Amino acid sequence: MIPAIHIKNAFLAYGEKIIFSDLQLDLPAGQWIGLLGPSGVGKSSLLRMIAGLTTTQEISHSEIYASNHLPVNQQIAYMAQTDLLLPWLTVLENAVLKLKLGSHKQRQEEINRASALLEKVGLTNALHLYPQQLSGGMRQRVALVRTLMENKPVILMDEPFSALDAITRYKLQALAADLLRDKTVLFITHDPMEALRLAHVIYVMQGSPAVVKSVAMLSSGTPRELTEPQLVELQALLFRELAAASSVPLTRE
Amino acid sequence: MLNHPKNKFLHFHYLAFIVQFSRSLIIFAGLLLIWQSIILFWHLPDYILPSPSHVFSTLYHQRNLIAIQTLPTLIETLLGFTLGIVFGCLAALFLAFFRPLAHWLLPTLIISQAIPTFAIAPLFVIWLGYGMASKILTAVLMIFFPITIAFYDGLCHTYAGWLDLARTMQAKKWRIFWHIRIPAALPRLASGIRIAAVAAPLGAVIGEWVGASRGLGYLMLNANARMQIDMMFAALIVIIMLALILYFSIDKLLRLLIWWE
Repeated sequence: MIPAIHIKNAFLAYGEKIIFSDLQLDLPAGQWIGLLGPSGVGKSSLLRMIAGLTTTQEISHSEIYASNHLPVNQQIAYMAQTDLLLPWLTVLENAVLKLKLGSHKQRQEEINRASALLEKVGLTNALHLYPQQLSGGMRQRVALVRTLMENKPVILMDEPFSALDAITRYKLQALAADLLRDKTVLFITHDPMEALRLAHVIYVMQGSPAVVKSVAMLSSGTPRELTEPQLVELQALLFRELAAASSVPLTRE
Repeated sequence: MLNHPKNKFLHFHYLAFIVQFSRSLIIFAGLLLIWQSIILFWHLPDYILPSPSHVFSTLYHQRNLIAIQTLPTLIETLLGFTLGIVFGCLAALFLAFFRPLAHWLLPTLIISQAIPTFAIAPLFVIWLGYGMASKILTAVLMIFFPITIAFYDGLCHTYAGWLDLARTMQAKKWRIFWHIRIPAALPRLASGIRIAAVAAPLGAVIGEWVGASRGLGYLMLNANARMQIDMMFAALIVIIMLALILYFSIDKLLRLLIWWE
């Protein structure tokens, strides 16, 4: 069962600076939630907090719970801007990284499943290559397979495609939308187009301390093509919202 | 299989090895030339600086003696090198896994390095006798610290992204240590091992200088006492050769095993 995630009264401070306080965010079950906002507002910090990755220098507390009452940190998979592939492992070994990091039965079944997924994303001939031999897009595809292999209902993605060129990014957006369909996905992006292509709900984070504001809800199937009429309007709306968000001064030491 | 990066590195490296070796030979020949020129230019007598031809002639005529004395030094070097790496790695692993202890143990380690080798080597001879043990220990002492620090540094500075990923995958601390932190630290360990490869022969020879009955260091000391400077140089050249061969072999082995950087 795919859970919804509720974040209530989230507080995060780094030293003297409060990044956000009393932040509320709901991630509806099985939907993609896009989070936009100016650089440095705290999007990554929020995502990392949900992922359980706060550092010792950060003070944080929040009530984060899943609608199925299971622990949140056991239900999430994380995908970062960089592929995080281990250079001493092959593509296949990277895809089944969970076998090394946890005790798993049915190793051969997992390996078979990973091989099938890697074929599905077009990496049939790359199974035994090493990350250094792949392009950025190929590596991020391996990361996508690794994320899928974790079999978690909630996916947290921090600008997963921003380091790629436009065409590769476009293709990977479609791939991700297809493979991670019906999961609860929170993804951070700097690109309003990406949010419009993939999200069912779009939030903008702004201010200091930061708050999140819902700016759009789309119900049509993803990945959307940017020629859809409602998207043209929403594009303009998003740009306006982002411009307004960027003009709110951020106090930075 | 041909696509395997290990193979690519191998092919590249055989060529590079030949190039590197030829370069070393050219440098060596150049140094010999400079050596000979210094003698000619300043009219240095034989007991100050023997000529290359004299040294190589001694090296050839005394080859049996030198060969016999090379063996103990070689064994001391290799054992010191291996043990130094083993202990250095174990110390680094221990310090990195039990971080709070590092605050106490690291200063102790630094103190052990602050003691000049020449000052402590005679103590080893008193404690362990004239045999190989004291020389091996001297070599271990010289290389232990660079290895520990290099490996420890690598273990403490694992790329944060990988650690984040592992944390989200709920991996246990020892699994992260074994599968991510240790492999990630191997390139830094390799740097430490390269330093150790040049320092180990030095350690063995210093150990011999302060008290030995065999070895190239002992040979040098003996020759010095008898004003046989050519023999001293001959022994010195063999020591240098030992260090170079050890360094280049270890370097090649490390590039094979730790090929991803």
